[in-house]
Amino acid sequence: MLRYILNKLALIVPTIFGISLAAFAFVRLLPGDPILAMAGERGVSPERYQELLERFGYNRPIWLQYFDYIGNVLQGDFGISIATKRPVIGEFLALFPATLELATVAMIIAVVIGIPAGIFAAVKRGSWFDQLTMGAALTGYSMPIFWWGLLLIIFFSGYLGWTPVSGRIGLQYFFPPVTGFMLIDSLLSGKSGAFSSAVSHLILPSIVLATIPLAVIARQTRSAMLEVLGEDYVRTARAKGLTPRRVIGMHAFRNALIPVVTTIGLQVGTLMAGAILTETIFSWPGIGKWMIDSIGKRDYVVVQSGLLLIALIVMAVNLIVDLLYAVINPRIRVQ
Amino acid sequence: MSNETATLPVEAKARSGAFGEFWHYFSMNHGAVLGLIVFVLLVLVAIFAPLIAPHLPNEQYRDALLTPPMWHEGGKSTFILGTDAVGRDMLSRLIYGARYSLFIGLVVVVFSLTSGIILGVLAGYFRGWVDTLIMRVMDIILAFPSLLLALVLVAILGPGLFNAMLAIAVVLQPHFARLTRAAVMAEKNREYVISAKVAGAGHLRLMAVTILPNCLAPLIVQATLSFSNAILEAAALGFLGMGAQPPTPEWGTMLAAAREFILRAPWVVTYPGLAILITVLAINLIGDGLRDAFDPKLKRS
Repeated sequence: MLRYILNKLALIVPTIFGISLAAFAFVRLLPGDPILAMAGERGVSPERYQELLERFGYNRPIWLQYFDYIGNVLQGDFGISIATKRPVIGEFLALFPATLELATVAMIIAVVIGIPAGIFAAVKRGSWFDQLTMGAALTGYSMPIFWWGLLLIIFFSGYLGWTPVSGRIGLQYFFPPVTGFMLIDSLLSGKSGAFSSAVSHLILPSIVLATIPLAVIARQTRSAMLEVLGEDYVRTARAKGLTPRRVIGMHAFRNALIPVVTTIGLQVGTLMAGAILTETIFSWPGIGKWMIDSIGKRDYVVVQSGLLLIALIVMAVNLIVDLLYAVINPRIRVQ
Repeated sequence: MSNETATLPVEAKARSGAFGEFWHYFSMNHGAVLGLIVFVLLVLVAIFAPLIAPHLPNEQYRDALLTPPMWHEGGKSTFILGTDAVGRDMLSRLIYGARYSLFIGLVVVVFSLTSGIILGVLAGYFRGWVDTLIMRVMDIILAFPSLLLALVLVAILGPGLFNAMLAIAVVLQPHFARLTRAAVMAEKNREYVISAKVAGAGHLRLMAVTILPNCLAPLIVQATLSFSNAILEAAALGFLGMGAQPPTPEWGTMLAAAREFILRAPWVVTYPGLAILITVLAINLIGDGLRDAFDPKLKRS
């Protein structure tokens, strides 16, 4: 098991190196000048320009700039945002809980609905439930989620007036963040109505973000279940008189779980991409919107470090999934 | 010579037999056939857009801003699906939009398929450092969320339809490279490849003529999925203002312009998105059918 983990880690190191190099290179390739972007519309005198160039190290050879950057990152310094003049890592940590909360709720929705739907569809293969579920899953998988979000706003916010259009909580509720999760903080604040306000703000964005993972998980669960339901050990379990519930739950599902867990892990990247669109539509103050705004403002430092941080998170989750995979599938550990 | 002429008809017959078998399995999937019909209709709409569209896509009718669809109160029969905020006919713009979406899908698939196959074949055939280098670069591309990477690439290249297609192709190619590499590695040591090598075939011939045709099935399925993915991603980029630029009647770009009117004029939002959904759904139905038709495991059952 330890060797398996070390192997995985050894493979990841060059990729992380490559990711940092790519994020660094992308930002150097962005059109425009970082110093001029920093100076804004007032412009900057030639002397001051030279001074700033030296202060931020932009006049040093490009490979030295890269090593400077890596050295700083390893010490937890991800640079200072050009637009807000605040440390990037501070902004990231302040906004990340909003994205994490949204993504967590979306993933819970996707797993809690997707897995049972996939199992029932497989067990009742060819039934109307199967056809309906798989039709819905393919539609969800084909959905332009930014349009789906707008449709939900038209119906639930515009037509029915049930849910707010943007933000995380009603403006009348103000309390310091404790966990960064609005659902928990609103409960801790003890203010009446705060929690339900947080829920009503969260519900549409999380449905939108859950749509594609839900569709993918339902489809993957169904096909994994169909595969194992035809195996000999399932037939044996049936033949020895176990109840269908036990056969499906204990024998079939545990083995079908392996590809499903992998699929769930792979959805993390999808969630991050989806968060960009979802947060834009619902003005959700998370890192997806932060990245979009920063690209628009040509905030090089934020784009570079944001790319790096997001890619690292995706990789970390994939690593955890790989390890989980080894836990639920003993065969992997031996190899 | 005589030998060659004798084998030709047999080969042709085998080809049509393989296609017949493929069609047999494909047509058993009703969803796939439906998807194919919708897709063919969309292609026809795109080709004959100037003949079908009742108006020019960018013509502005200043006296008919935000006209609702004809069956709504206040709708006009000249504007079947209504007009947008500057008085352009929605239906005509949607019809012309089909051209953009299908073109985007096609170009992106051609770009990413070509570069992905070349990289995958090189990696799988030569292994060693070539393999390591290529596959690590693909890993790096895959480590970034696809839309985010495409956004940054477009920011570097400058917003616009062509750059958006290029960025999406870069983001999608690792899937082709991985699939090709795996297939090439599986085929490389088969006897027919070794016999071709013994017969004196060079690297290029072995890669392109001997091995590659036997790796096509998974690539065709992936190409279909990438086609629909490309349309979705291009629409998303257009929606975020980084894809096709206004007044191009690209569906995602149309949605971006329609956002401020969602509560006043829902139809300017509803139909472009519906067009994207129908197109992508049709292609994904075809993709599912292709996967099933190529999958030998399902044929047995």
